[in-house]
Amino acid sequence: MSDKFTVEIISPDQTILKQETSEVVIPSFEGQMGILNNHIPLITFLRPGIITIKSEGEKKYYVEEGTVEFSNNNLLILTSTAKDVDNLDKTQINDLIQKAEANLNAQSTDKERYVASYKLETLKEISQ
Amino acid sequence: MPSLDDLKKRIKSVKSTQKITKAMKMVAAAKLRKAQESAEKGRPYSQKMQNIILNLTKSINDPQNAPKLLVGTGEDRKYLCVVLTADRGLCGGFNSNICKLAKTNFKKILGEGKELNIITVGSKGHDQIKREYGKYVLKKFSFKDKKNISFNEADEVGKEIISLFNQNKFDKCIIFYNNFKNVITQIPQAQQIIPAETKNLKESSDENFSYEFEPEEDEILEDLLPKNISTQVFKALLENAASEQGSRMTAMDNATRNAGDLVDKLTIDYNRSRQASITKELIEIISGAESL
Repeated sequence: MSDKFTVEIISPDQTILKQETSEVVIPSFEGQMGILNNHIPLITFLRPGIITIKSEGEKKYYVEEGTVEFSNNNLLILTSTAKDVDNLDKTQINDLIQKAEANLNAQSTDKERYVASYKLETLKEISQ
Repeated sequence: MPSLDDLKKRIKSVKSTQKITKAMKMVAAAKLRKAQESAEKGRPYSQKMQNIILNLTKSINDPQNAPKLLVGTGEDRKYLCVVLTADRGLCGGFNSNICKLAKTNFKKILGEGKELNIITVGSKGHDQIKREYGKYVLKKFSFKDKKNISFNEADEVGKEIISLFNQNKFDKCIIFYNNFKNVITQIPQAQQIIPAETKNLKESSDENFSYEFEPEEDEILEDLLPKNISTQVFKALLENAASEQGSRMTAMDNATRNAGDLVDKLTIDYNRSRQASITKELIEIISGAESL
């Protein structure tokens, strides 16, 4: 009995990642969520944050939004904004941070502010 | 009988046309590879998205309160047709095929006494449709200046559709596009996106999960449904882009071959009439010499 399951990250343009893994941590809308194999079927969506895929090594992806479905030991992440954290460079991040800061003050509803604040926090975390 | 000079000019002009069609074919072939790739890469996203929606639909217990985008307004009176075509011509029956299919549907809708609204994407389709159905066209999009279709363009169209829906402008939304099967075959298609088609529901009903939702089901649907509309439009745009190039390639290939045939035929005509005039001159000289 293997303790692995398949994880797929798909964006509208391409399949970013498809591999076997033993644990994935996703930034679900209501908090971090760790997923192991044989998780019960689940549908949720993401807030800005980092997806961590743990198999032999660790892989990290920065996402802004997305939809997640888990069924039949298959984790499906649909997102239009997944970026490999290792490939992000400093200037890019600082650029995004500035935009996020400006954006935070412009939001009107609680929900939007909640999303914007997480975006800023995540970006700051990456830049450290 | 055209003169020798005329024939010569014809041959020259056909040859230069052939050069153009040949070049267009090659350009289309290069673009096709790219467009095909992105269409194929884009397919999983829209398919999986559709799957999630279908799974969600299955688990709705209370259809009365379900989001309208999913189940429709419950009426069948007003239609919105989104016709996706190319911005450029010279691609065989590509644009006409979509328009033909769309027009058949328009006729049916109007024949049943229902209200019709049209959005066109791409200028070629707009040109063909406005002749007959100009007064029904609500809005036209054209992405002529964009080199590659990205999700943003699809999102633009999707947002427009949703805002029209929220204004209660239509009950059902159908999109028309060409599905890319392979280089020679593109199938014009009509796909209903609002309310979401649940035709395939029965086929996959054996794997029925009870999903855990986080946050609530309604909230997920609220977030997902508008995204799904844009995704479906995006898929249609990608399929269209690939189909356009494929169709253009076949059309230009045919045109090149036709031009070649025409050149052969004209060359034979040219040689024949040249020979005829030489023979005529010879006869004249001989008969002139004989009479001396």
